[in-house]
Amino acid sequence: MSADQTQLAFDWSCRILSDNGCGFPAPGLHSFLFEPIATIGGFEFNKVMLLALITTALVVTFFWAAFGKAKVVPGKLQLVGEAGYDFVRRGIVYETLGKREGEKYVPLMVSLFFFVWIMNIWSVIPLAQFPVSSAIAFPMVLAAIVYITWVALTFKKHGFVGFFKNVTGYDKSLGGVLPLVMVIEFFSNLIVRPFTHAVRLFANMFAGHLMLVMFTVASWYLMNTYMIPAAGVSFVMTVAMILFELFVQAVQAYVFVLLACSYIQGALVEHH
Amino acid sequence: MIANLVQLASEGEPQSPLIPAGPELLVGAVAFAIVFFFFWKKLLPNINKVLEERRAAIEGGIEEADAMKVEAQSVLEQYKAQLAEARHEAARLRQEAQEQGAVLIAEMRAEGQRQREEIVATGHAQIEADRNAAAQNLRQDVGKLATELAGKLVGESLEDHARQSRVIDRFLDELEQKAEAAR
Repeated sequence: MSADQTQLAFDWSCRILSDNGCGFPAPGLHSFLFEPIATIGGFEFNKVMLLALITTALVVTFFWAAFGKAKVVPGKLQLVGEAGYDFVRRGIVYETLGKREGEKYVPLMVSLFFFVWIMNIWSVIPLAQFPVSSAIAFPMVLAAIVYITWVALTFKKHGFVGFFKNVTGYDKSLGGVLPLVMVIEFFSNLIVRPFTHAVRLFANMFAGHLMLVMFTVASWYLMNTYMIPAAGVSFVMTVAMILFELFVQAVQAYVFVLLACSYIQGALVEHH
Repeated sequence: MIANLVQLASEGEPQSPLIPAGPELLVGAVAFAIVFFFFWKKLLPNINKVLEERRAAIEGGIEEADAMKVEAQSVLEQYKAQLAEARHEAARLRQEAQEQGAVLIAEMRAEGQRQREEIVATGHAQIEADRNAAAQNLRQDVGKLATELAGKLVGESLEDHARQSRVIDRFLDELEQKAEAAR
């Protein structure tokens, strides 16, 4: 079995105004499903997983090259690595958690940022052209890691009662509405939060990929007789979307890590 | 390339995109764990150590520069003090030399004055002596001549008498006084 099988599903002859009567091959959920590349003992290994592993290899290799033999006077690669590292450490972690409290979480946040960012970037890399984070499993795993860290930390910091006070936003001064607030906060923090954390990343990359596929396919589909100008417009849109996606990919990686930090920060807050 | 983007599931209805696939969860967890492990255990400690070293080096450099600045400042002050001292010394020497020169000039002037006065005084004395001698001679000669002349006129020698009576001297004194009064 190979990935080529899925490619065969795309009908190259399908064009607007052509007389073979086929419609626009609109992208949809099927654009996010892959035939397994290989099946190892019932374990179906597909393109998304491959890209995830390449992401790991890329991130580790790059930072190994940059920081493996770090020097006081940095080379170019180390300088780039340091800039990225410094951005996450100082720009996100220290900003939200402070230098003293935040230091412990720097490795997690740096890993999260670069892992998510590279997973996102696959969206516009030729041949890959699929953001790994648009498969919900990947954002979910990462959100779960952050969630577990956060819950464990809150327990450790505040104890059992303190934990519930922390996650329910317990505040006596609220008076009558306190029970309502507590219920809302409990659901918001403990149940909805990990879901939104994962879905925010997933949905952005999912939508971005849909848009890219749509304009790309349309560029091809419209390229027939007098519709060629329309194909041109579609192609320009493809390029514009690629640029926009590059921006969104970085922003979503940033937001994901920033939220993770702000959750951790919530756990570290002293209760009143 | 375009075909690559469009993948169609070969069988059935695709499931909801919000339901994660088990194998993907596993791969995602492993993939992230590896990244995290490397960052946590090896790469970030590595770079942190280097950043710390760099910070120390920069701070050390700054401290060194500060120390050098302080030293330079003190040396500069030392030089300035020395220069001021030297200027002061030079001024003092100049002043001293001027004073000494003035004293020397005054001394020399006084000496010159003294010498001049001495020479003048000596000259005067000499002239006086010469004049006195000349006057003495003249008086004798004039007396003698006058006496001789008078003797010839009178016909006898008046020499001894004249000398005893001091007539000639008195006459000559009168003559002198007249000459002085006329002067």
